[in-house]
Amino acid sequence: MNLFIRGVLLLATAAGSCLLTPAAFAEKNIAGVWAGTYGEDWPDRFPGPELGDYGGLPINDADRMRALTWNASLIALPEYQCRVHPSDYANSFADIRIWEERDPITEKLIALHLQHFAWQTRRTIWMDGREHPPEYAQHTSMGFSTGQWDGQVLTIHTTHLKEGWLRRNGAARSDMATVTEHFIRHGDVLTWTVVVNDPLYLEEPFIRNRDYRYSVDNQVANYPCDSVVEMVRAPGYIPHHLPGTNEDVKIFAETHGIPYKAAMGGAATMYPEYVKVIRSLPVPAPR
Amino acid sequence: MQSLSVSKFCKRGLLLTLTMLLAGTSYAQQRDFSKVKIEALRVRDNIYMLVGEGGNITVQIGSDGVLIVDTQYAELSDKILARIRELSKGPIRYIIDTHHHGDHTGGNAKLRAAGMTVSGGNVGGDISDAGAGAQIIAHENALLHMTAPPAAGQPAIPSAALPTLTYFTPKKDLWFNGEGIRIIHQPNAHTDGDSIVYFRQSDVISAGDVYVTKTYPFIDVPNGGSIQGIIAAANNIIDLIIPVYGQDGGTLVIPGHGRLSDIGDVINYREMLTIIRDRIQDMIKKGMTLEQVKAAKPTRDYDPRWGTDTGFWTTTQFIEAVYKNLSTAQGK
Repeated sequence: MNLFIRGVLLLATAAGSCLLTPAAFAEKNIAGVWAGTYGEDWPDRFPGPELGDYGGLPINDADRMRALTWNASLIALPEYQCRVHPSDYANSFADIRIWEERDPITEKLIALHLQHFAWQTRRTIWMDGREHPPEYAQHTSMGFSTGQWDGQVLTIHTTHLKEGWLRRNGAARSDMATVTEHFIRHGDVLTWTVVVNDPLYLEEPFIRNRDYRYSVDNQVANYPCDSVVEMVRAPGYIPHHLPGTNEDVKIFAETHGIPYKAAMGGAATMYPEYVKVIRSLPVPAPR
Repeated sequence: MQSLSVSKFCKRGLLLTLTMLLAGTSYAQQRDFSKVKIEALRVRDNIYMLVGEGGNITVQIGSDGVLIVDTQYAELSDKILARIRELSKGPIRYIIDTHHHGDHTGGNAKLRAAGMTVSGGNVGGDISDAGAGAQIIAHENALLHMTAPPAAGQPAIPSAALPTLTYFTPKKDLWFNGEGIRIIHQPNAHTDGDSIVYFRQSDVISAGDVYVTKTYPFIDVPNGGSIQGIIAAANNIIDLIIPVYGQDGGTLVIPGHGRLSDIGDVINYREMLTIIRDRIQDMIKKGMTLEQVKAAKPTRDYDPRWGTDTGFWTTTQFIEAVYKNLSTAQGK
């Protein structure tokens, strides 16, 4: 075989490889089913946080009052029973599915869709550069999200959120909050970082990380929810505690030997050096 | 930082809105409306929310013509009309006033003049101008407030801006553009002449000022408003709403001021009002004076979201109104 023919064959092979190999895109592929991974945060994420445990949350005084006057019976009201967790909190619970929506001609990424196991909520992350709607447009539990790839990191900006929870023990997140998220894939592991910016109820941004493992064998289960009247209450009754009357919020600190002040949260309680402060605070008598 | 600016935007809008609420005509006289834009947000197939300055306007369009709920300010009528004409060329048949305040009724005269009432038979024969101008519907108490002697220095409301069809019953029904429209009186809420408008097929509620998203609701006590009535109105709206699974939709609610809402927003609003009502009621039962109640700051956890210390309707004034309401026999 002469050199010319060899050259032609080489070029043909290279061209064939180009046809058979997926085109290289700047973004990573994060589509698929991802299984939640859990560690020491299991009690907080699944059984649920204890009343009076606001440590590590950068909440301000106003939000602390919201938490301390909150009554868990509220979620027994029919109109609260099927309220979903907002998109900045729903990633705490079990598996997720992500799929792409691409232009059928150009293969350009239009949107990513994400479904949480929790409450079977679905959200759309627009990747086509569209603007966020005006402030007077509807707010939702998932919010309005736009995303972009910064190198290998997917960064998402979310506005138009309804009021939600920072932690489902009464700590509220306002509907004026915005959220920045980062998705980072390392092989079969996906790290999802959520940064909540709430100018009304947070002293500093609140950051939460969750890790997922790519799942070959599983699917995301459904999550039906029907509201029912569980007990007879007076019309318009809203369960809550009057300020200063909720003794239940002390149980957490007394049970675990944590100073009351440390359990009440605030930006300082997020940082490792706060351990020194905790050691200087009085510990309540065990319950 | 963006959310902070959104918050400031809301507060500024609130201050402006509240300033307009009672001042009405005098505010309109002072304000430069030239830079105000009227934006249209599609709510459902044939229902739009117009946002400008003053109360939100609801527009329903269809083969029968145009129905609008509230009219903002007279100075904005040309812009409002132009925006409506982009949505529909049909005649304006009905205007519904949710209550009498100038930021919701100021455009009545011009928008009415741009429309026509369905008329005929002996009425059309006996009254030559029976079909001239759109019908303006309101609760009877709204008309009574609009025809009351004006405050010193304020002009009387022209007759062309007054409701032409009033009701004094708990509700009034219409059929227009292929759907039933129920106008429901909400007694002693924002005022004593509040109506909410329920578009049954579109599944949209136009709430007027019994439901707002920017601030604590203005309770117009001198004109019959009360905290109990506003809470009752919120509960009635919640009763009308059927949400979709997940609650991000289903029945939609256009507030008197603020953003398009669904059940989640109305529930939060009702929760906030009920909790504050309960706290102040408890303080009254304990014999606390108004000054003691204000010093106890019963709203401080909700103030970052709903309160303001400046402008026409401050947090302090809201607390005072609730306290006075609840201190009366009716309020208890």
